[in-house]
Amino acid sequence: MTDIDTAPIKRPIRWHIGVFLAPAFVVYTAIMILPLIETLRLSFYNTVDGASTFVGLANYQVLFGEQRWSHDFWNALVNNLIFFVIHMCVQNPIGIALAALLSVPKLRFVAFYRTAIFLPTLLSFVIVGFIWKLILSPIWGVAPWLMSLVGAKWMFAPWLGQSGPALIAVSLISNWQYIGIPMMLIYAALLSIPEEVIEAAEMDGITGWSQFWKIKLPLILPAIGIISILTFVGNFNAFDLVYTVQGALAGPDMSTDILGTLLYRTFFGFQLQLGDRSMGATIATVMFLIILAGVSFYLFAIQRRMRRYQF
Amino acid sequence: MTRFLKGMLFASTVLASAGAVHAADVTLTIESWRNDDLAIWQEKLIPAFEKANPGIKLKFSPTAPTEYNASLNAKLDAGSAGDIITCRPFDASLELFNKKQLVDLTSLSGMANFSPVAKAAWSTDDGKSTFCVPMASVIHGFIYNKDAFDKLGISVPKTNEEFFAALDKIKKDGNYIPLAMGTKDLWEAATMGYQNIGPNYWKGEDGRKALIEGKEKLTDPEWVKPYEELAKWKPYLGDGFEAQTYSDSQNLFTLGRAAIYPAGSWEIALFTSQAQFKMGAFPPPVLKAGDTGYISDHPDIGVGLNAKSTHQEEAKKFLTWVASPEFANIYANALPGFFSLNSTPVKMSDPLAQEFVSWRASFKPTVRSTYQILSRGKPNLENETWVESANVINGTDTPKVAGEKLQKGLDGWYKPGK
Amino acid sequence: MSNRARTSPIRIGLVHLALSAYTLIALFPVFLTVINSFKDRNAIFRSPMQVPLPSTFSLVGYKTVLGQADFLHYFQNSFVVTIVSIALVLLFGAMAAFALSEYRFRGNALMGLYMAIGIMIPIRLGTVAILQGMVASGLVNTLTALILVYTAQGIPLAIFILSEFMRSVSDDLKNAGRIDGLSEYAIFFRLVLPLVRPAMATVAVFTMIPIWNDLWFPLILAPSEETKTVTLGSQIFIGQFVTNWNAVLAALSLAILPILVLYVIFARQLIRGITAGAVK
Repeated sequence: MTDIDTAPIKRPIRWHIGVFLAPAFVVYTAIMILPLIETLRLSFYNTVDGASTFVGLANYQVLFGEQRWSHDFWNALVNNLIFFVIHMCVQNPIGIALAALLSVPKLRFVAFYRTAIFLPTLLSFVIVGFIWKLILSPIWGVAPWLMSLVGAKWMFAPWLGQSGPALIAVSLISNWQYIGIPMMLIYAALLSIPEEVIEAAEMDGITGWSQFWKIKLPLILPAIGIISILTFVGNFNAFDLVYTVQGALAGPDMSTDILGTLLYRTFFGFQLQLGDRSMGATIATVMFLIILAGVSFYLFAIQRRMRRYQF
Repeated sequence: MTRFLKGMLFASTVLASAGAVHAADVTLTIESWRNDDLAIWQEKLIPAFEKANPGIKLKFSPTAPTEYNASLNAKLDAGSAGDIITCRPFDASLELFNKKQLVDLTSLSGMANFSPVAKAAWSTDDGKSTFCVPMASVIHGFIYNKDAFDKLGISVPKTNEEFFAALDKIKKDGNYIPLAMGTKDLWEAATMGYQNIGPNYWKGEDGRKALIEGKEKLTDPEWVKPYEELAKWKPYLGDGFEAQTYSDSQNLFTLGRAAIYPAGSWEIALFTSQAQFKMGAFPPPVLKAGDTGYISDHPDIGVGLNAKSTHQEEAKKFLTWVASPEFANIYANALPGFFSLNSTPVKMSDPLAQEFVSWRASFKPTVRSTYQILSRGKPNLENETWVESANVINGTDTPKVAGEKLQKGLDGWYKPGK
Repeated sequence: MSNRARTSPIRIGLVHLALSAYTLIALFPVFLTVINSFKDRNAIFRSPMQVPLPSTFSLVGYKTVLGQADFLHYFQNSFVVTIVSIALVLLFGAMAAFALSEYRFRGNALMGLYMAIGIMIPIRLGTVAILQGMVASGLVNTLTALILVYTAQGIPLAIFILSEFMRSVSDDLKNAGRIDGLSEYAIFFRLVLPLVRPAMATVAVFTMIPIWNDLWFPLILAPSEETKTVTLGSQIFIGQFVTNWNAVLAALSLAILPILVLYVIFARQLIRGITAGAVK
């Protein structure tokens, strides 16, 4: 080895690394990063007497200092956390369970189940928002009728119009829509567990549930890590569903306002409210920092400790 | 790899441009939020204009109303917006003019066809410059199911007391939902509710101006009492009105399940085509018999010229046409309920539209209280009014609290008299 | 395989029960949309749960949709944009993921972090600058503009997922390839790519969803009639016919159909990829 290392011809510049990285780097930098930097730059500027002026951290002071802004911001942040928690507690466990069921060997109709369960994920927000608004509408009466079948009609309420339940209802609609993603990822991870591992476990008499808990779950932990972080990032960027179901004002009484809708209203404006690029950029930067904190926590505190298995 | 990339990009560009049409004529693109009007533009307005102006083609390119402002502003900032911009009234368009994105149209020849009142919604505060050609205004009131009224023996309510008596009677009968309105979309409560009945309380323009000058506050009885009346509407709304959307309300009424619809005149065309019963309309009932009545006659839509348009001359030609009585005639009849702002009177054939416009004779008109000047800051008074109007009907906030919240928000940035 | 203890009929029955219960939940709203799109207006309102009967059957919604909007053309646009973007995202993403997960070089971690930033901020925030760039390069109202944006948007997530999977590709295999004299490109394309196929399929589906369903960029970058996508087309259509539920439900049913077909085509590849990866 030593003579190879010292021979200059064997230590060329590794052009291939550059070739591998270049296309992604160029497209990504030009179309995503530079425009985003431009936006972030705006968070340090504001319009003073009609001209754009550098104002340092003044915009951040307004966001956290002025009661009006900070109230909206914290309201959106708390709602967003609830939104995230519901996804973690409902969507991901059910998704993992469905994947586990689908991966039962020699199961029939797997393709049908998989397609059916994944179908909502494929639908656009336009469709999902419209359908669910109809189903939950007290006027159309589908949800009350369904509940009357199980004798629970008294439990029905116009949830989307009530401050408390609206956020939960919207979160559950989002769960319904996106459950296919954790399901698919976990399903792929489960399928890629080599037969030998499973057979060895069976030799040792580990089957069924205990096999899932003891053998498969540790093996799919990296995939679970990925879906958790994807859920986190997705939820803190979420906007479309709330927008199509509850509108840009995220009614009633701002009870479904999340960071994405707050940002949209601020940055682009809504109805008579004019877009405020500077404050919008400020909120965007704060969102970015929140997500950065979450992702760093995952990368450095969790992913590093996760055991990876090479097959 | 790059060859592959280039190939891909090339392929997609070819695919994309294959569909594009290259015309020698000048094509003017019209930005609008009125996607409902697409057919009317394509079938009536555009042919009429193109026939009279060979060499200029028009393209009506509407965006959904909810996305219009956001996407228009982004396109104006980047310079990709269409030549003709449909203008929201008052502050939203004024801001575009101040940013020099709209051309000053004060000297456009057709502007003489409009009164200063009609132009006010698209003029600077001092009234010196006008930047959009006024197209139409809308009037608030109530549309009712005439068959239902006849069956129940209800006559058209003139006063507030009669109004609630009628509602009681409909509710008691049980066949109809008395009022078709929901709070889910928020703006219904504010626009069809608060801005509809409010002018009778705050005395139309007097109250609106007093609010702007700071002589009145949103916590004064003139401004809180409409909320108290709105709160009284709650028992007369349909089950689950909290989740009832705007289109739900429209459907409830046109399917004959509701008796009264708090309306804007823009509903007329749709209702006439969908409802299978006779309809009538009445203005917001006055508080006591003999009181002066007020109606909201609100300039709603105008058209302006994008400062970055490369076809300024052609665009001005088009705008002059929009300002002409010919346009007013086609538009007002194609869209009954959008009343022309042109000084030349337009003869309308729709009976319901005639009913609405007849109120102009005996009622004092005003514009929506939140639109001029008061919605320039953050929090935005109009948007806050949506939220609070819904809150009041839902019972989340009392009328008094709603007034206090709104005034507090306004005080946060607005200093009257400036 | 056949001698496994866990394939008892009761167990399998329960598994089917659970899966079909969830399938019902997943499909019900779609089913509801489709059946009601074939009914007349009164029947939609009075008895939403009923399947269309001869007395209530009506195609008026479909007639309105097909008479009003060129959905076939919209679909074609969506299809081109989605397919080309996915191809670019997969190729560029896999190449970069390989570089990051395979080689140790200065700035590797930094580059990884840089590429990950894109997952965290919605690209929508850069809209104004993106639009300015597209205006400057004359790409407004072309599908190329959309493809570029979606490629940029998809790359970070693709790198993130693919590098996770590439780390679990055995080093012995790659080193064996190197000893056999394969170039780094050959190792990537011939050894590694086939092994991460399941992950590629996953990324493809992930990338497809937000692209197909995006409303924002078509609205801003390519709103012209020639370049309208299916999502934008149906949103405008809903806005226009919001009270005409026949038409809206018909439009929604039509919008569901192509994506379902697209998915079924992809799913074959996806599952083949997944199973191939598992058996290998």
